[in-house]
Amino acid sequence: MAYELRLDPKKAGRGKFVGLSLVVKVLLLGLLNAMAFWAGVVLFTQKHYWLVAFLLFGAVAIDYIYLTERTYPLRFILPGTLFLLVMVVYPMVYTIYISFTNYGTGHLLSKEMVIAQYTNRDMLRKDLPTYQVEVFKNTADEFAFLLTEKTGVQLVAVDGKTFSLTTAPLTPIDADGDGEYERLGDYERQSLLSIFPYLSQLQNLTYEHQGLRLKMRSPNEFAYFTRRYQYDPGRDVLTDLETQTDYVAVDGNFVAHNGESLDVGYKTVVGWRNFRNLFTDRRYFDPFLRVFLWTVAFAFLSVVETFLLGLFLAVLLNDNDLKFRGLYRALLIIPYAMPAFVTCLIWRGFFSTELGIINSALLVPLFGKAIPWFQDPFWAKVAVLIVNLWLGYPYMMLICSGALQSIPRELYEAAMVDGAGGWKRFRTITFPLLLTQVVPLLISSFAFNFNNLNVIYLVTRGRPPIPGSLTPTGATDILISYTYRMAFETGSGGNYGLAAAVSLLIFLLVCLITVFNIKSSRLFREVPQYD
Amino acid sequence: MIKQKEESLGLDNTRRPRNGWGKRKFFHQFWKQLVIWICLLFALFPVVWVISAAFDPSNSIAGQRLIPPNPTLENFRQLFDRKAQPFLIWLYNSFKVAGINSLLVVSVTALAGYAFSRMRFRGRRAGLIAIILVQMFPQMLMMVALYLAVFWLGQYLPFLGLDTHAGLILVYMGGAMGVNVWMTKNYFDTIPYSLEESAMLDGATPLQMLVYIIIPLALPILVVVFFLQFIAIYSEYVLARVLLTSEDKLTMAVGLQSFIGDQYGKRWGIFSAAALISTFPVLILFWLLQKQLVTGLTSGAVKN
Repeated sequence: MAYELRLDPKKAGRGKFVGLSLVVKVLLLGLLNAMAFWAGVVLFTQKHYWLVAFLLFGAVAIDYIYLTERTYPLRFILPGTLFLLVMVVYPMVYTIYISFTNYGTGHLLSKEMVIAQYTNRDMLRKDLPTYQVEVFKNTADEFAFLLTEKTGVQLVAVDGKTFSLTTAPLTPIDADGDGEYERLGDYERQSLLSIFPYLSQLQNLTYEHQGLRLKMRSPNEFAYFTRRYQYDPGRDVLTDLETQTDYVAVDGNFVAHNGESLDVGYKTVVGWRNFRNLFTDRRYFDPFLRVFLWTVAFAFLSVVETFLLGLFLAVLLNDNDLKFRGLYRALLIIPYAMPAFVTCLIWRGFFSTELGIINSALLVPLFGKAIPWFQDPFWAKVAVLIVNLWLGYPYMMLICSGALQSIPRELYEAAMVDGAGGWKRFRTITFPLLLTQVVPLLISSFAFNFNNLNVIYLVTRGRPPIPGSLTPTGATDILISYTYRMAFETGSGGNYGLAAAVSLLIFLLVCLITVFNIKSSRLFREVPQYD
Repeated sequence: MIKQKEESLGLDNTRRPRNGWGKRKFFHQFWKQLVIWICLLFALFPVVWVISAAFDPSNSIAGQRLIPPNPTLENFRQLFDRKAQPFLIWLYNSFKVAGINSLLVVSVTALAGYAFSRMRFRGRRAGLIAIILVQMFPQMLMMVALYLAVFWLGQYLPFLGLDTHAGLILVYMGGAMGVNVWMTKNYFDTIPYSLEESAMLDGATPLQMLVYIIIPLALPILVVVFFLQFIAIYSEYVLARVLLTSEDKLTMAVGLQSFIGDQYGKRWGIFSAAALISTFPVLILFWLLQKQLVTGLTSGAVKN
């Protein structure tokens, strides 16, 4: 990378503390490399080969950047850029990937993990005999069992194995001759009551017998268990041995012939399915469309209302004769200065139908009627717009004030000579000139409100709900709150894949808005003058 | 030049010669004052109402009077005594996360801003534009990916996982560049080179020049970046909500919301007290930074 310092690079010194800074640099780089190496080994054992490659590349790049003179500027830009890459660019790419998977509750694990989970499950063999059990415990709290089958066959179970009475390492001792063994080797007999605290521990003990496994089924009974599921990698089929049903792996689920599928599915790439659902399945599409239209309407109306009030106030305050001008200005900015997370919650209380002062102090005394703010879709939308007007007008007032001051005086003087009245001057000079200046900011404001989750979520939480929607959706939900609730707020668990798909659509919309904005903005004019 | 600017402040009526308060003028001003007072009512009544509620021991939003009949500090006392919702810990968490994040942000943006301001290299312009373009996509849009990434990270490095402040700060660092780099770069551009030239003759490296010459001179902009970032992180809700779960890890924004829930009939007074305290730091910062905020806001529009 060719670069030059604006100052003569040849004169640039090597520093007074070359030795020390070199030591620090080498130490830091060494530490970084050691960490990268460790992470690489961990990732390699987890078979994340792509990430290992990525890590390796990153570590080499960082070493190169900090060790050669040629990449000097990058040394300064790299720290911030790394954060940008890891916490913005990578999540963007990851979002795209997730949107093409079925990731979500019920599909959280990889296929191997789900298969392992199923093939580790046991089933009770009802076709095989069961054993009455006598429990013995030694001083180290270890257990041994004497098992008696109906036919009289007796087994000793200890240390995961079973023995016939004759070959057992432990000898049963019936000292008082009442036909009940008090001891089994150095293990002492336990009453049913005394083993209750150990029950969960006991139920996990298994004992091998003739290739089958014996396990405690109830405090006084042992039974045979075998694995319930068997996986056949060749056919990619998980067989339930209890019901003799084959479950075929299809698109993240194990599905039987009758269409039934196992509870736990696995995470897999499902192509365009999330997008297809969103646009063709009416149970997803209808709420999605409603949310989308409201998002556009909300963002648009928010910009218009805040702009109109802000402009109005800016013009009012733009008058040297106005008394207390500075004070008014300072007071009118206050809604903007308070954190939105506080004020949204305050407004939420004000709009409360039963308790809120908007009903009790304003509407009931004046009109004799309360408005069900959060129960009625229309009024909930009005409430959100009122809150956003309150939150947003000071910003518009500030930018309009700034823009008003930059309109050249001479234009008004010329207009006055032509006999134009106040309103006409505003309409023909002030407004058009102001608009050319603030349009980029209005578009940015549109993009901001498009994703203004705070206002929606803290004021109405998207309520009132839209009936019949598969994911939690409300009449005031905008796309981003719809996404949030889809991923993190469903009763049945999140659907990350679908949520990522909606996020991706928001990405595209934001892209469109941004392109539109760049075209109408002069933001980047400043840069070329240096190059 | 300055005089001209002063004059151009006025827009329509102000330029007429001031010949005292004519009748028409008086009504005009009266009408204006009236409209502004109505707007002030709209702007300030929530604030006034909350201040009043904070000192009203009745604790319910229903039946609250504008001036509490017997004002007390009871709500504040209860707020600090609460064990179930540790308000002071939330406040501390917010300050900690926002403070550490802002410090790191200032460091990385000062470094990047210096390179963009003082060095010429290929990709400089593209880099500047890319930084601001990436910023158009708020991290909120990637909350699912960030949640899963932090969850995954936590399995290997538990101190960076879900429900940790370090993880949250790491996520917030994604928003470090962007406007901040532009602001610092633009400010660095205004600092003359002469000091660095002489430092160079003394054998200083660029990093030394940044630390010993530029940063002391550019302290004002770095302070502004710090506090702007502080306000932004202090007020951030969504990502904190997604990543933090246990009660004593929450930030103010998440904690306050979980505290009030739907209990406006029972916790309104204590909530108001909490709202006042958590608003206060931001209000102070805003007041201190007002000028920079306003110029920052309007720079996109009014520059030229």
